[in-house]
Amino acid sequence: MSRNSIILHCAILAAGIVAPLLFPGLVFQFAMLWIMILFALTWDVLGGQMGYNSLGNILFFGFGMYICAITQIGMFYNVAEYTAAFGAIKVDFTDQQYYVGLALGLVLAAVACALVAALLSWVLFGLRGPYFAIGTLGAALAAAELTGAWNYVGGGGGISMPVFPGEPGVRSLFFYSLCMAASIACYFFLRWLYGTRFGLALNAIRDDEDKAEAMGLHTNRYKMVAWSISAFFLGIVGGLFGNMTGFIEPMEVAYPTLTFGIFMVAMTLLGGKGTLWGPVIGATLFHVVKEVTWTYLLGWQYVALGLLIIVNVVYFQQGIMGWMQERWPQRFGLVVDSEGAVASRENAP
Amino acid sequence: MRPLFKRSAMALAVGMAITVGTLAGAPAYAKVDGDKIILGSAISLTGKYSQEGKNARDGYDLAVKMINDKGGVTVAGKVYKLEIAYYDDESTPARTAQLLERLINQDGIKYVLGPYSSGTTKAAAPVTEKYKIPMVEAEGASRSLFSQGYRYMFAALSTSEQYLASAIALAAEVAVKNGKKASDVKVAMAFENDPFSLDVRAGVLEEMKKFGMTAVIDDKLPRDLSDMTATMTKVKALKPDMLVVSGHTKGATTAGRQLNEMNIAVPLVAFTHCESADLVDKFKKGADGILCPTQWAETLSYKDPVFGSASDYNALFLKTYKDYDTVPYQAAQGSAAVLIWADAFKRAQGFDTEKLRDTLASTDLETFYGHIKFGPAGNNIAKPMVLRQIQAGKYNVVAPSKWASHKLDYPRMAGGGTMKQASK
Amino acid sequence: MWDNIQILVAAPVFNVQLLLNGLLIGAVFGLAAYGLALVWGVTNVKNLAQGDFVMFGGYLGYELSKHGLHPIFALIPVAAVMYVFGWIVYKLVVSRVIQRELFTSLLATFGLAIVMQQSMNLLFGPEVRTVESGFKTRELFDGLVTVTDIRMISFVLCGLLALALVLFMKKSRMGQAIRATAQDARAARVMGVDTERVYAFTFSLNAAICGVAGVLISMIWVLQPFYGIAYSVRAFVIVTAAGLGNLPGVIVMALGLGAIEQYSGFVLGAQFQQATVVGLLLIALIWRRLLLQRHRQALQ
Repeated sequence: MSRNSIILHCAILAAGIVAPLLFPGLVFQFAMLWIMILFALTWDVLGGQMGYNSLGNILFFGFGMYICAITQIGMFYNVAEYTAAFGAIKVDFTDQQYYVGLALGLVLAAVACALVAALLSWVLFGLRGPYFAIGTLGAALAAAELTGAWNYVGGGGGISMPVFPGEPGVRSLFFYSLCMAASIACYFFLRWLYGTRFGLALNAIRDDEDKAEAMGLHTNRYKMVAWSISAFFLGIVGGLFGNMTGFIEPMEVAYPTLTFGIFMVAMTLLGGKGTLWGPVIGATLFHVVKEVTWTYLLGWQYVALGLLIIVNVVYFQQGIMGWMQERWPQRFGLVVDSEGAVASRENAP
Repeated sequence: MRPLFKRSAMALAVGMAITVGTLAGAPAYAKVDGDKIILGSAISLTGKYSQEGKNARDGYDLAVKMINDKGGVTVAGKVYKLEIAYYDDESTPARTAQLLERLINQDGIKYVLGPYSSGTTKAAAPVTEKYKIPMVEAEGASRSLFSQGYRYMFAALSTSEQYLASAIALAAEVAVKNGKKASDVKVAMAFENDPFSLDVRAGVLEEMKKFGMTAVIDDKLPRDLSDMTATMTKVKALKPDMLVVSGHTKGATTAGRQLNEMNIAVPLVAFTHCESADLVDKFKKGADGILCPTQWAETLSYKDPVFGSASDYNALFLKTYKDYDTVPYQAAQGSAAVLIWADAFKRAQGFDTEKLRDTLASTDLETFYGHIKFGPAGNNIAKPMVLRQIQAGKYNVVAPSKWASHKLDYPRMAGGGTMKQASK
Repeated sequence: MWDNIQILVAAPVFNVQLLLNGLLIGAVFGLAAYGLALVWGVTNVKNLAQGDFVMFGGYLGYELSKHGLHPIFALIPVAAVMYVFGWIVYKLVVSRVIQRELFTSLLATFGLAIVMQQSMNLLFGPEVRTVESGFKTRELFDGLVTVTDIRMISFVLCGLLALALVLFMKKSRMGQAIRATAQDARAARVMGVDTERVYAFTFSLNAAICGVAGVLISMIWVLQPFYGIAYSVRAFVIVTAAGLGNLPGVIVMALGLGAIEQYSGFVLGAQFQQATVVGLLLIALIWRRLLLQRHRQALQ
């Protein structure tokens, strides 16, 4: 890392630590910001680096949320009894039970999501382009329906999550730190990953999958591992978000295909897909603008979101990072030998 | 690579500055602002509950307007006007939790009005509880809300297991009167797969168990329901004595239309949300004979100094909001929640949240909506639910007998209407 | 579940009821699916806002019928308005994504779907709406099976419209130009076809077809601003399973889908009626994929 880059990273880290202490009223929004950044980063693994545009990554978010909840409750109580009462059983978890349950729940959520991604990749990676997008969208919709039909986890009645054993201020900071840690871990992992041979293989699949295969890459393996990585991190924030919300149910909280599921795509496109910083910038900008303006639009907010997506993909597809690279290519270490070079790289599928 | 980071750093710094600047620098509301007391609510303006959310909001607004018009609320010798700060929770509990954090933490709201629906209230209650901010809610009826030991939540309405339980009791009564056993009654059920309707279903099942009735159909309805002909075919095949449906307005609309279209005669039919679904206007004669549980009816003999009697409220509401034909009880209970707050401010003579909580807990208030008195769990224990039947386009109270203004028309025939009407 | 199957076995007459309801509504699904296949085949744009076009058409019919026009007669003005609407959408959005990467058009139409849903919510209100056709219900088998006249009429109308479209594609200059463009846009251009006009016409025609489907839906089922996605998914299932440029396939799949929905609603419960459609979408995709895998190709 160069000196400037170290300074930058440290500055962001410092801001991340100081911000919630300076503005204790905004901790929840800051935590959501880290979640949004993680959403965009994980979506970009497939969407940007590998050229597989998924509309159903939210599936892992919801799956992780449920795995975590079941673990937390199931370690000490009978889940079926707990959910059958629709939250009418008031259970008290001791401090130790709560933390052990949460820690184990998050680990299991992450691992289970990675496994599910590996399984699904068998089926869905045979689909290319728009079929993959529609197929993943279908998978996410189906997951919501199936969870809603499953009485063991409360069906459409949902689950009331265990209550955090501490003061409200501590609770916010606790979940804030976990969200921040997950997001930063994800960032550094991907940063490292994109620098390895693996990252190059992903780009090769994006640029021409058939040729990549002809060159001897086991494309299916790469695709499977890449999706599992996305799912791993999404599972963790799913578990965290469930606990932060306090009440989970399948349709609106766990599998919000049309809100969070679309936000991740919109944020990545806004920032510029296929770059490491694009998703981070896109998510930050999106979340800030959304939190500031959203609530004043009373009803018009989704019209604005839809228009943003249309304008983004129609007129500004390269995103912020892409635009900057186009504007100042040499500063990004790109050698400009002719006008066509940038254009052809841009038009690559 | 270096300049890239410089730029990103700049972008991020600017982003952070904007966040902090706009969010922290916008103290849009304080708990009491000059001569205004500001209540806060996250209500559904978009998404699947936006219809009912709008009803509730209209109810809130009407009560605020009336209280202010009648001179506001006097606290410690000073006259205050009420005002409500709204956010749109998009009908999702995830958003409700976030927006309540925002109302309380950022906007400094200290007095909360509840969201619409049980699911969103389930997400709201832990937040208000955490910050020890009292909330008067009027739209979350699920029983599970009242078993968590919440101290700061008070509900104006009756809990959801009572919605259709009285209809089951009525079916038993009718069966006995016609020389059959109550346990012979066969019930067909269709409930939406959401926290509210599942709780209604639990209440129905409990009541059925009491009488030993059997459920011949037990369907769950999806959130985007647009067709129930398959369920209705089952109804036709199994000929139940009673059909109960709970699926917010879409459930009542779809079931109402297709029951008539398929010429199915079920002697007793009960739906929730008839008024919001505007069944009479949609289906005219086809709506006749349907039983509708309601938290409130304009024919009941309650009154209060702000709105006058229940029927005065009804007239005022219809005059103020032209797009309604019937006043949905969701609006009436919203208005009642605001009345409860106004009463609490008056009696507490101060703005301290702890004191207000204790004052709320000791509420004993007569409103146009019914009597309000909270049990230890925060639910209203003083108000019954009533069952109305649509008779010749009018909603008439038919049960329980204490409140009944009309007799039950029985049995309901195919295509709407009842035997009695047909013989006339 | 077994109880419900037993009913069907013990009283087979109820199969007639389910099939009738399913096939008659399936015809309306078929309209939306045909429009999707048309646009897909000619412009290669996969329109995710298809279901929202249907809902929008339904709402237009609803507004007209409020002003005293019988909904059946509302079909013509609604189709005309939807044609213009489709043309505007084409010029503003779709024309700019046709030549781009496929995901672009998918996402752009998805954004369009969100804008349409929310605008309808603001314009027409979130209430569930129905339009009453005022037609009678017919009874068969001593009242055990009922069928509403409006379903029969809409079935016939769908058939007539399909026939008209087939004739139009075969006989008219524009129809021939559309088919030529679908086969090879570049060659069509060389032969003097104004492909830009063909694209615009195709997309507008699709919007008009969706409008007709919407008005029919409003008289049979219900309208709600957010229900469009269900019709989009249905259209995708039908087209994916039938394949492009296969009108008989689209018809069979559409009718079949309608019937399957009814059976799953009956046997598994209403909750699974639409969930089945999503399941079928996945199955259709995997099935197509397996067919291609034999030739070592991927579905793209």
